[in-house]
Amino acid sequence: MTRESTAPNGRYLLKGATLPNGDGADILIEGGRIVSTGTGAADAATTVIDAAGLVALPGLVDLHTHLREPGFEQSETVLTGTRAAAAGGFTAVFAMANTLPVSDTAGVVEQVQALGQAAGYATVRPIGAVTVGLAGELLSEIGAMAQSRAAVRVFSDDGKCVHDSLLMRRALEYVKTFDGVVAQHSQDPRLTENAQMNEGALSSELGLKGWPAVAEESIIARDVLLAEHVGARLHICHLSTAGSVDVVRWAKARGIQVTAEATPHHLLLTEELIRSYDARYKVNPPLRRDEDVQALRAGVADGTIDIIATDHAPHPRESKECEWDAAAFGMVGLESALPVVQTALVDTGLLDWADVARVLSNQPARIGRLTGHSHSFENGAAANITLVDPAARSVFELDRLHGKSTNTPYEGVTLSGSVRWTFHQGFPTLRDGVLADTAETATAAREFARSQEVNA
Amino acid sequence: MRHLLSTKDLSRAEAIQILDIAEDMADVQTREVKKLPTLRGKTVVNLFFEDSTRTRISFEAAAKRLSADVINFAAKGSSVSKGESLKDTAQTLAAMGADGVVIRHHASGAPQVLAQSDWIDAGVVNAGDGTHEHPTQALLDAFTMRRRLHPGASRGKDLDGVSVVIVGDILHSRVARSNLWLLRALGAQVTFVAPATLVPVGASTWPVELSFDLDATLAATRPDVLMMLRIQSERMNAAYFPNAREYARQWGLSDERLARLRPDSIVMHPGPMNRGLEISAGAADSTQSTVLEQVANGVSIRMAVLYLLLSGEREALS
Repeated sequence: MTRESTAPNGRYLLKGATLPNGDGADILIEGGRIVSTGTGAADAATTVIDAAGLVALPGLVDLHTHLREPGFEQSETVLTGTRAAAAGGFTAVFAMANTLPVSDTAGVVEQVQALGQAAGYATVRPIGAVTVGLAGELLSEIGAMAQSRAAVRVFSDDGKCVHDSLLMRRALEYVKTFDGVVAQHSQDPRLTENAQMNEGALSSELGLKGWPAVAEESIIARDVLLAEHVGARLHICHLSTAGSVDVVRWAKARGIQVTAEATPHHLLLTEELIRSYDARYKVNPPLRRDEDVQALRAGVADGTIDIIATDHAPHPRESKECEWDAAAFGMVGLESALPVVQTALVDTGLLDWADVARVLSNQPARIGRLTGHSHSFENGAAANITLVDPAARSVFELDRLHGKSTNTPYEGVTLSGSVRWTFHQGFPTLRDGVLADTAETATAAREFARSQEVNA
Repeated sequence: MRHLLSTKDLSRAEAIQILDIAEDMADVQTREVKKLPTLRGKTVVNLFFEDSTRTRISFEAAAKRLSADVINFAAKGSSVSKGESLKDTAQTLAAMGADGVVIRHHASGAPQVLAQSDWIDAGVVNAGDGTHEHPTQALLDAFTMRRRLHPGASRGKDLDGVSVVIVGDILHSRVARSNLWLLRALGAQVTFVAPATLVPVGASTWPVELSFDLDATLAATRPDVLMMLRIQSERMNAAYFPNAREYARQWGLSDERLARLRPDSIVMHPGPMNRGLEISAGAADSTQSTVLEQVANGVSIRMAVLYLLLSGEREALS
């Protein structure tokens, strides 16, 4: 195993990896593509990686990441956020639109996309705002964003709900024109004014204003009916309640084109943690009851919930070191996502590794119309690959984080699974747990882009 | 006792200990010289992020009667109103050598955040946080009940079998929450009476009877204690109930309802009162009312709490 000479056209042999379907294979990568899977022989120009005991997954795809740039660079930048992504095994991230300026024009989404391409750690696909300034009043220039170099296909006002029913109907219809999808943050604003945590006996005891499940479920119910009425695709962000799972299950049985995501934290953590008033547990939608966690897990297992997405939401320290009401909503999640999924769903027997590949790579890529990431290790596929050590089990510490912010709820929590290697376009961005150098990664990305132009 | 953040954490023995020490403090209040030297050289900061003259002066009187130095820090007009964080405020107080911090805050849990932090090492007393708890109010209420129920012989007593009906805005009331946990620890039976809009979600899982009907509850329970909570006018604007007249008719303590109480039932109110809304003038000024006793007892209770937190016995009791 060697760490030098990692040109984009380098050859890597991942020896003895286990594919998601359980088969063992040697995976040969060259020129950013998978050349062969089977039993491979290495020549002198090939870097051999001992992948015995490691599970090979198609590069993970996060449909819900907040990279914060432009505008909130004290929390995260495209570079630092994609370094965190690579450390977590992600080779593509969809960057949410609540930047400053808001990602509601072609200019902003092209800038975000270009920053991602220059950094090289992961493919960055910007999400466009549904409405101008996320204000929920006027549709943003969806067509221009779709046709820009960023080729936006996912549109979301995430952080805010498109709550006006007529505007939501128009958004669903208009986005359909460009083969896009509206990713809805389902939250009735009137039912959640100043809401702080899940509404129930615990919020009443702690004196924190409740965020009732019905505020999410009623919007999801309305939106699936709207999607049915206009024949459009709808994606539901960070579904968090048992009732929401029921509504989506009903909608799918009815043939409505709806997809749904759950976050790792809603699959592992419950509202009981809030007894500490520790603002690291403050997130929107809020942590719910154990019944909800179990219903979400069942929903992922039976396919009602299509994908798992991180909702990686970095915040500076001062936004969490304060009283609960004053704290910001959100948790970082890129580096912890795979271990949480293994702990909550694989170790419990609800998912196998083929399912993990489906919910963390293939389906999010399909929903976001992202090519090159949704592969089954077939020859010629883009070499976006993540190697996971499923036997690892360790206490999650802050040194596992590589973004700018440290607002993780998992510090001190024992989690299974460890991402060891990440290959983005054939380049190892993570090498046995160590992130590749920033300059080297940028150079590799530049050379890869040039080689693609030559080939095209 | 290291901090007093909530009555939920208090055992029956701990609660009785605080009430008994408050009896000693009350005895001191009847002397000509009301001051004890116990906390000489200690500094108590009243850190009030929310206006409450009543609670602040009660704590101030308690600290001064124990000979502590008192600093009043009101958020309004201070650096806090210019955006200073709780952390910076706490570290400032720590640098000034505060031994105890009495905190009133609009955000639920702020006292606990302060107590758990490494920003300041002082003992923390929750003087009311958001809609969470107000433990010294509950302690002074229990103290008042005990004294009325066992005149001259209240030391060591619990409240086993005592029936307490609490009426009004339970949803937003930190007094109701603190009272429920403490009264349960002391053995009392508690009923909350309120319109359904002002009953907290999930309260049916709490150890309390819930009722929407004040008249039916008074007839069925014949309570030892009737506690009326303050109704804030902004609740009407938020459509928790239609208007003041309707509220007073359904859930106010009128002279007529007062007349239906047992003659030895006591009427409590944490103050400040809205006369004519949740309580009639006749009820507020009746011999059954303990409103002014509650104020006087508040000083004794707060002396007891500061004594337990800040005197030399602090370690032994924790």
